[in-house]
Amino acid sequence: MELTVLNETQSASSGGCSSSGCGSTDDQLSHLPDDIKQKVHNHPCYSEEAHHYFARMHVAVAPACNIQCHYCNRKYDCANESRPGVVSELLTPDQAVMKTKAVAANIPQMTVLGIAGPGDPLANPERTFETFRRLSQEAPDIKLCVSTNGLALPDAVEELAKHNIDHVTITINCVDPEIGAQIYPWIYWNNRRIRGKKGAKILIEQQQKGLEMLVARGILVKVNSVMIPGVNDQHLKEVSRIVKQKGAFLHNVMPLISEAEHGTFYGVMGQRGPSNEELMDLQDECSGDMNMMRHCRQCRADAVGLLGEDRGDEFTLDKIAEMDIDYEAAMKKRAVIHQGIAEELAEKEKKRAALAAVKVPSGPAADNTHFRPVLMAVATSGGGMINQHFGHATEFLIYEASSNGVRFISHRKVDQYCIGNDTCGEKESALSGSIRALSGCEVVLCSKIGFEPWGLLEEAGIQPNGEHAMEPIEEAVMAVYEEMIATGRLDEAKPENAQISA
Amino acid sequence: MSLSIIESCVNCWACYDVCPSDAIYDAKPHFMIDANKCTECEGDHADPQCASICPIEGAILDAAGDAINPAGSLTGIPPELMEKAMAEIQAR
Repeated sequence: MELTVLNETQSASSGGCSSSGCGSTDDQLSHLPDDIKQKVHNHPCYSEEAHHYFARMHVAVAPACNIQCHYCNRKYDCANESRPGVVSELLTPDQAVMKTKAVAANIPQMTVLGIAGPGDPLANPERTFETFRRLSQEAPDIKLCVSTNGLALPDAVEELAKHNIDHVTITINCVDPEIGAQIYPWIYWNNRRIRGKKGAKILIEQQQKGLEMLVARGILVKVNSVMIPGVNDQHLKEVSRIVKQKGAFLHNVMPLISEAEHGTFYGVMGQRGPSNEELMDLQDECSGDMNMMRHCRQCRADAVGLLGEDRGDEFTLDKIAEMDIDYEAAMKKRAVIHQGIAEELAEKEKKRAALAAVKVPSGPAADNTHFRPVLMAVATSGGGMINQHFGHATEFLIYEASSNGVRFISHRKVDQYCIGNDTCGEKESALSGSIRALSGCEVVLCSKIGFEPWGLLEEAGIQPNGEHAMEPIEEAVMAVYEEMIATGRLDEAKPENAQISA
Repeated sequence: MSLSIIESCVNCWACYDVCPSDAIYDAKPHFMIDANKCTECEGDHADPQCASICPIEGAILDAAGDAINPAGSLTGIPPELMEKAMAEIQAR
């Protein structure tokens, strides 16, 4: 299969849209050739649209790893942390198959099973491939995917192709061994531990070779990169260009997670992660080169459910043992539900197409394209609607409105300030924390909002807006943008507090 | 002659898969090496395999009881340069 060079498609269709956006929420998929779109439309990790409807799960069958990354400490066993590389219980392939069937029967929207660790799946070839082999036979309606650091990838391509895995994620943080040596202190290669630049060079060569081999076999490749300020932040633009050139279909730049209490090398040493603005700027710069993914939630290696939620607790080994799963019956039910979701998505797509025709400002400033783009935060509990109370939002989706339309930028996590207890002394500081998470935004859209946060948001230069409750996000964002143009708000400079600080 | 694993082990399974003598077993609270089976990889590999893949400094001891991967050997930063390295990283 030949993959289209994404950049060319982009330029041809829209004259380039790296800085100002190019349409719908789903713009990370809209430029893909139809055959790829077909493969990924119901994969929550690839499609911003699909992730509101379809769920994924990871089974933790792969504890061993063959390299060391400075952002990982290999103590994977933690119930309360939510980040890649962390799981509650390791599973044998047999337990993993049981758990997958149990989840598939109870959460019929679950379409994708991934093996993502907690170590490197391909450094555990027997456990990983045994799980894939059995699932492709016993649960053929589930898509399989795998993520890897790439070191053992070239040797695994043949086997991956056999199990009908059509998506692989490779984490590629660099293409330069000098930079690699600051991220990977050592690798285990040909029965030796190889340190520093020499090890990083081998890892990089294996990643690139693996990427080329997968593309040649027609297996879709997504590339994940961890943005590490002062180490690879500038370099990732080159990584993006190279992996796109070699045929990766999506690039996902994620922020470094480096809390000291996680005990990773970077955490202990005080390496900082990027700010929201730094991450957004880099994603924008990379998107000139290729399709960017912006809705990744950096989930645990045993996550279950929709992105951003984790229902793993409902499917512990003792709970699964008590479930009696008739998979044949479950598959029939799943097919009906998947059909229903497909119809709902098709309906939305139709609406979106109608919206696309009017998405350029049509108000009094229709011919003026000089207005600045505006960032807006949205509180939503899913379904593409503005349907969440400001105080209940654990994350906000950030959209940009401009004369080119509306596009999804990222999600930002916040602490919930409203826990239903007015005597909570932490309330005010947590609220100011959530306001800080909205820096750079000029508007926040939600279904409802309290009096107190309303005032504080206004003081911070962020206009709260509850007028578009239960409306589709993109339409509401564009309506507010047009209103801002009509009322002359965009004739004024951006409010001081909403300025993006570098 | 046998290597051993001590309590700083994080049970990551990496050594289990690479041991040529099947000497490592999944025990509580951490993995163990069967002293009767361990050959220190002599005749199989130039370096003992468990100690070549173990990610934790100090977790695997040689027959004399010394750490095969002492402090600083896996991060690449010797203890005396730790402060300097930390300052450099925090300046990023």
